[in-house]
Amino acid sequence: MQRISIDPITRLEGHGKIEIFLDDQGDVANSYFQIPELRGFERFCLGRPVEEMPLLTNRICGVCPEAHHMAAAKAADAVYHIDIPRTAKMLRELLYMAFYVTDHTTHFYALGGPDFVMGPDAPVAERNILGIIHKVGLEIGGKVIQARKFGHATVEIIGGRKVHPCTSIPGGLTKGITEEQRQEIEKMGRWAIEFGQFSLGLFNDIVLSNQQYLDLILGDIYAHETYSIGLVDENNKINFYDGRVSVVAPDGERIGKYAPNEYTDWIGERVEPWSYLKFTYLKKVGWKGLVDGKDSGVYCATPLSRLNAADGIATPLAQEQYEKFYATLGGKPVHKRLAIHWARLIELLYAAERWVELATDPEITSPDFHKVPTETPTEGVAIVEAPRGTLTHHYKTDERGLLKEVNLIVGTTNNYAPISMSIQKAAKSLIKKGKVNEGLLNMVEMAFRAYDPCFGCATHSLPGQMPLEVTVRDAQGNPIDVLKQFC
Amino acid sequence: MSANGKPKFAMYWAASCGGCEIAVLNIHEKILDVDANFDVVFWPVAMDAKYKDVQAMPDKSILLTLFNGGIRNEENEEIAHLLRQKSQILVAFGSCACEGCIPGLANLSSTKEIMDSVYSSVSTVNPEGIRPQTSYLMPEGEIHIPKIYPVLKTLDQVVPVDYYMPGCPPESHQIGAVIDLVVKVLHGEASLPPTGATIGADKSTVCDDCPRERNVKTIKSFKRIQDIEKVDPNLCLLEQGIPCNGLATRQGCGALCPRAGAQCIGCYGPAEGVVDYGARLMTAFASVIDSQDPEEIERILDTLPDPVGQFYRFNLAGSLMRASRSAWNGNGKT
Repeated sequence: MQRISIDPITRLEGHGKIEIFLDDQGDVANSYFQIPELRGFERFCLGRPVEEMPLLTNRICGVCPEAHHMAAAKAADAVYHIDIPRTAKMLRELLYMAFYVTDHTTHFYALGGPDFVMGPDAPVAERNILGIIHKVGLEIGGKVIQARKFGHATVEIIGGRKVHPCTSIPGGLTKGITEEQRQEIEKMGRWAIEFGQFSLGLFNDIVLSNQQYLDLILGDIYAHETYSIGLVDENNKINFYDGRVSVVAPDGERIGKYAPNEYTDWIGERVEPWSYLKFTYLKKVGWKGLVDGKDSGVYCATPLSRLNAADGIATPLAQEQYEKFYATLGGKPVHKRLAIHWARLIELLYAAERWVELATDPEITSPDFHKVPTETPTEGVAIVEAPRGTLTHHYKTDERGLLKEVNLIVGTTNNYAPISMSIQKAAKSLIKKGKVNEGLLNMVEMAFRAYDPCFGCATHSLPGQMPLEVTVRDAQGNPIDVLKQFC
Repeated sequence: MSANGKPKFAMYWAASCGGCEIAVLNIHEKILDVDANFDVVFWPVAMDAKYKDVQAMPDKSILLTLFNGGIRNEENEEIAHLLRQKSQILVAFGSCACEGCIPGLANLSSTKEIMDSVYSSVSTVNPEGIRPQTSYLMPEGEIHIPKIYPVLKTLDQVVPVDYYMPGCPPESHQIGAVIDLVVKVLHGEASLPPTGATIGADKSTVCDDCPRERNVKTIKSFKRIQDIEKVDPNLCLLEQGIPCNGLATRQGCGALCPRAGAQCIGCYGPAEGVVDYGARLMTAFASVIDSQDPEEIERILDTLPDPVGQFYRFNLAGSLMRASRSAWNGNGKT
């Protein structure tokens, strides 16, 4: 049997590894996407006090520490059975919205967007943020830096630090904000709304007005009919900080909504002996392998899934974009994976609008930002939407609040199965009769990037993009061709 | 020197969270100084990076390498050796490389215990008790994943290190200051600190930068931060009973956490001259305990719920203790 390895050139750990096997005709028989790293936060957090979890789990990922900080703080609240003051909830969500704007900006302009703005066929050397600046103009680079600066500034005002915030504790926060700080945050939020609109305008001009790109989005190669999940509020509108998880079938029917403490009824994780990362699936549907369709428990948790799983968006400008999105792409749900990029920008606009909504609430500056927990700590589960998918933290403690059990299902893990499927689909369409198309790397890479995978989070180890090497081997295992690329 | 006459710069992440990379990006415009003064030859997060190109470089041809992340498996170690060989100056960048950071707490458990927690968790459906295997025979052929080391190592436990830059992550203004210094050295306007020095930080403790008032007050018990009705915004946190690590932790962050009402958790590592951070912190805590009675002292110490986490949160892997016996043996037995 012929074998193709897509391996980090250097075998840099923490990155993914793909093995593709060909059958006797030289067509793809099977493919394995392996994650080679594990850190074990679930183990070494045991014995630690639960109030430290927002600080310890920050270090799972330095790119999205805010998501772990929030999930951990909410799970710690749940462990103490405490309903935190309204101001505390708003402050945490406000921090989180500023983080979302920053994170989605980084992804669109530096990681995923260049595929579109520069075009998927552009030379690799141009498919980066500098390429975008050269094509669209210098002032856009300034805007991107500004968006990241404003986001980090707001995170620091509320969270105490730019990276690894430190202020969320069981019962609320260690500090509130002053009126002066509120005004500053509001000003930055208003700028972020304009930036969100500008980004969607850019997407419209460059991508949607270009039939070739639109065809790429609408084409079959990047389509998978899976379930979609995402957090929604009581009106089934998108929410990133709180709510219940809506589960929507491939045909668009909502099969249910689960509260955080019901997650084990809905989500199962499967261990494969060839990868350190587990595969999640919908327990109620069951694991049928890496396949599409209503009978397969594979689901997706991405910006696109969140739009699919919700009935709309609670802020006006983003809602308008939401409607345009489905009108353009032929109704709900959308299964074209490249539409994740567009969905991400709609979410960016929502986060900016919500940022201003929260910053202008009269109670946001209230000193009522913490309540002392009084009940005996036991067990708690919390869910937030991390930019890369639904994030679940589940803790059990002794009566002193020291951890006895920790379970984490992080954003990218949810998407391990669909990412593996996208890889297999790209491989099948590009490898025929033993011949490997040079475009394979690009297509595989684009399939990854749409999900914005963070295998640092997923393995609770190293984030980063995927360096790839494809080795084509003959039936005796001798390499006959090597294609390589570092992203 | 490169063809363009500029000295070469590299940055690498081993087993890290990516926060160090974000901290470097957060120097914003100063990144242009790096670009103006250096030829960036290897930086996987930011550019097309070829390991084989690094292998092909002459020894000591990279002037400056910032290495972040701990050493978790043989590949991390291999790249540490390669970059040591190719670099004139190798900096352990950030808490993971310097002292192990939070992931170093894994050194309290064996690999088996870690695997058991992860692959038998409450949401995992795994009745056969499957564990990932380093080689596995699929119907189509054998596939591999790397073996995990029984303990996490710091960078200087595998290669000699020239400088240490602490912090989780190092603060961006400190990164900026180090870049300024190196640029001055390149222009002959400054000289390098002695080998082995800690850079991008100050010598004293976090308390020196903390605006909170200290009255040399002693305490009768430690308190959990969530249990305090109203934390005094102006008073030393330790004197309010909150186990703040400022007294033992190196100055450099500007006391960010205590300013935000949260205790210092020690991410900048030990202050200058301290051999073992935990031992130093224990002495510091002992000095605020208000009792001479051994039994009462015992009771007060019992109010610290997690001593090993408190004293070795960021530096277990780099401390004199390094790891628990069971982790060190890698077999789950004590």
